[in-house]
Amino acid sequence: MMFDRRLVTHFDWVLLLTVCLLALTGVANLYSATSGWAPVGAPIYVKQMVWLSGGVVLALLLSCFDYRHLEYFSVVGYVLTVGLLLVVLVLGKTSMGATRWIALGPINLQPSEVIKIVMILLLARIFGRSAHPLGYSFYDLWRPALLLIVPVVLILKQPDLGTAMMLMFISVSMLVFAGLQRGTFYGLCAVAVSGLSGGWFFLHDYQKSRIRTFLNPEQDPLGSGYHIIQSKIAVGSGGFFGKGFLAGTQSQLSFLPERHTDFAFSVFAEEWGFAGCLLLLLLYLFLIVWGLYVSRRAADRFGMFLALGVTAMIFWHIVVNLGMVIGLLPVVGVPLPLFSYGGTSMVTTMIGVGLLMSVSMRRFKF
Amino acid sequence: MGLDSNWRDHPRVQRRFLLFSLAVALVFLLLILRLWYLQIISFERYNERSVRNRTRVLSLSAPRGPIYDRDGHLLVDNRPSFDVSVMRQDVVDASSLLERLARLLPADLDALERRWKEGTRFPVYRPVPLAQDVSRDTVERIQEHSRDLPGVLTEVRQVRNYLAEGDAAHLVGYLGEITEEELASDRYDGYRPGDYVGKIALEKSFESYLNGQAGRRLVEVDVKGKLLRQLQMEPPLPGNRMFLTLSRDLQEAANQAFGDQSGAAVALDVHSGEVLALVSQPTFDPGHFARGIGSDEWQTLLTDSRKPLQNKVLSGLYSPASTFKMVVALAALREKPSNAQRVIDCSGRFELGGSTFRCWKKDGHGPTGLKKALRESCDVWFYQVGLELGIEKLATAAREFGLGAPVGFPLPGEKEGVIPSRAWKRERFNAPWYGGETVIAAIGQGFVLSTPIQLAVMTAALANGGDVYRPQIIRRIENWDGDILLQTEPELVRRAEFSDNAWSLVRQGLVAAVNEAHGTGWAAHLDTVTVAGKTGTSQVVRRKSDEEEELAAEEQQEVPYRFRPHALFVAYAPADDPQIAVAVVVEHGQHGGSAAGPIAKAIFKEYFRLQKQRNKDNAEGDDDV
Repeated sequence: MMFDRRLVTHFDWVLLLTVCLLALTGVANLYSATSGWAPVGAPIYVKQMVWLSGGVVLALLLSCFDYRHLEYFSVVGYVLTVGLLLVVLVLGKTSMGATRWIALGPINLQPSEVIKIVMILLLARIFGRSAHPLGYSFYDLWRPALLLIVPVVLILKQPDLGTAMMLMFISVSMLVFAGLQRGTFYGLCAVAVSGLSGGWFFLHDYQKSRIRTFLNPEQDPLGSGYHIIQSKIAVGSGGFFGKGFLAGTQSQLSFLPERHTDFAFSVFAEEWGFAGCLLLLLLYLFLIVWGLYVSRRAADRFGMFLALGVTAMIFWHIVVNLGMVIGLLPVVGVPLPLFSYGGTSMVTTMIGVGLLMSVSMRRFKF
Repeated sequence: MGLDSNWRDHPRVQRRFLLFSLAVALVFLLLILRLWYLQIISFERYNERSVRNRTRVLSLSAPRGPIYDRDGHLLVDNRPSFDVSVMRQDVVDASSLLERLARLLPADLDALERRWKEGTRFPVYRPVPLAQDVSRDTVERIQEHSRDLPGVLTEVRQVRNYLAEGDAAHLVGYLGEITEEELASDRYDGYRPGDYVGKIALEKSFESYLNGQAGRRLVEVDVKGKLLRQLQMEPPLPGNRMFLTLSRDLQEAANQAFGDQSGAAVALDVHSGEVLALVSQPTFDPGHFARGIGSDEWQTLLTDSRKPLQNKVLSGLYSPASTFKMVVALAALREKPSNAQRVIDCSGRFELGGSTFRCWKKDGHGPTGLKKALRESCDVWFYQVGLELGIEKLATAAREFGLGAPVGFPLPGEKEGVIPSRAWKRERFNAPWYGGETVIAAIGQGFVLSTPIQLAVMTAALANGGDVYRPQIIRRIENWDGDILLQTEPELVRRAEFSDNAWSLVRQGLVAAVNEAHGTGWAAHLDTVTVAGKTGTSQVVRRKSDEEEELAAEEQQEVPYRFRPHALFVAYAPADDPQIAVAVVVEHGQHGGSAAGPIAKAIFKEYFRLQKQRNKDNAEGDDDV
């Protein structure tokens, strides 16, 4: 690829700055969340910093790459990833009762994360090619539906309800944006409601107990309700201005579980209070709105759907994680993008950001 | 991309972007509102919960107040006791743990298993006590092996330290773990399970003074309960200092004089009612209660026929026997002053309505006047005079001395005794009064019953001319700043009114009993101080079925222990300026003079030795100035 002047002049500095600001706040928060730990190897926040740097480099590389080439790659990528999901089920690495990983030498590959990006690309290709002025009907949807259901079922088998849900939320968001006929829309709603109620019987016991616990966390305050209760205490006791950096008692004294991963936001809320949370949420909101803005100004329909899918992915992760942390949604293991510790989440998010930047930079017709 | 050249500006697409943006904003607004609810509206609630999460209140037990004697000698204080207990929830394999402990503790496996089983009745979070008051070495050994002994705790607890072992145990009492019922009562408001409280006597009655106030430590803990730092500390307030009216040395002398006989002795200050010594034998070691008394030991104490747990001074009921004669004599003199010159010929027997009443001296005392009757304790003189006096007048006089009613001792458990009268008998037995019963009552037998403390109060009143004081055991209670919280003043309960002549005649009789030839109380005679006293030999109440055994025993010339009469002796000294009054009962001691007299003598001897020493010290102190 030749160096192109437009790479600099059209570069989406706003997006990069927003992402870096959020991610660095996240690193600082991780520093506080894990300050009481005796480090085994490098401290968590250093590791996260390494992941962040790698992620930024990855995003920059992706932004140089013309996203339009990916339209053709999406089919191959989909087949490969679904294949990997099958492999995971057969000989994956088990962690915390669920089988999600494939060990590739030193790197643990998590195909259920990769499928999110691949699915976005594939759906962007499908929706980008066929514009239905009156919206999609049931008949038009059998192909994308089938393509979605295969990985969703494979992921549910692992079992990983959170990722399966994310995949569906992202796909449905893209579908709704693509437009549905009125009857199809209501029909889909009916399917979703019956699917949710019927799905209860297919849930694992631990998933059922999580939902029961969500409905009434105090029934088992030391067991399954512990996470939610402690998280709400941490967030609520932050008050308006918070307890101060490194001074959150709930988190520093280890009452808050998983405070460096899924519950990282609780630590932030306890130490920075409502004021800090408001700023952070506005920053996230800005990121999402900027993603929609990129999508709206994309050079082509594929780019539009691609940007929209990536934005939906980030949005749903934020909403489900925050909803869980502040007790609005059941506990589902979904990390907060750019904030929770974890290489997988960071890489997936940064790939999305790279794709967004790529779309953003190529918005001008030339 | 030629599907639709102006697809981007299509109103449907525009509208969808607008709708999506609005939906996103709405969701974020919802999240922000939720955060507002949690962090602003519910802040107080969650903040309180976060504080509760990370803080624990640890109780610091207060040292219990020490107890001193009247001169400031320490009788009871505290010492650390090392206890070994185990947290049930941390134990994986109980039987192997107990086996390992049995090798380290001075307790065998059976005992440990029993305690473990007892402990399983309690809630899980409560440590099960396995051994109490173990040595420092044992504690160190257990701490060394703590890795192999998961859940085992060693704790330090303050326990009572009794400096004079067994002394005044009945008066001081002992401590025990608080019971469920006690916890439920208002009296023990603020106490917690596992606390130790006074179970009887002073420790119980003055619990609120002695207990002190537990301190509190507010500490910060992490999620595992590991203590991180102290946030706040309220030091415990030690219990108040209690000064008794007892004299340590007098108490010791009285105990020693008792030897292994059983019975009771009490010494009172004649002019205030202060208890100078109080002995109830056999006694028990309150220290064993501090160590956690074993159920075997407790059973032994409970079933011992000599009743070591009973405070016999207050609740032992004995016929006053001849010690009662001083009251009879006073009553007779008040009724008929000429009784002072009354001479009755004692033949050793007294006939009334076909019944024969014997004098203790088989051959009789011959012609006997008041003084001789008291000195030699002639029963016939009192039979006659008592019969003439009548039971009602006799009872009135006895009540004036505080007999037949509780003396108001400041501890619970006091018996009131019996001073019979016609009305009493009608109510009690629904039967008329017989003259023979008056005769028997005149020598303090029959229905008449009294406690040693009543006899001591009676004797003190005789000595001081009729003032009946309420016995006191607390001199004062003061806190550690020296503020006096409680101080007792002499409390005059009633007065026994008799003529000066009557007082003096009866006192002379008592002086004669101890100091003249043929006096029954010679055993209490002292060369240095004149003692006035009266002996008594109290028949033991026996059942019909016992009589055969008694007859059989009589042939062997020896009366079985439990049928032997109780020996009584009451006395005061010095006779011309009374200071101390004493009542002694030696159970089954046979003869008042020989068994009880020496104990009274020992008490007097120590009392006046102490007084002499004090005077000497004072004199030396004056010299220094």
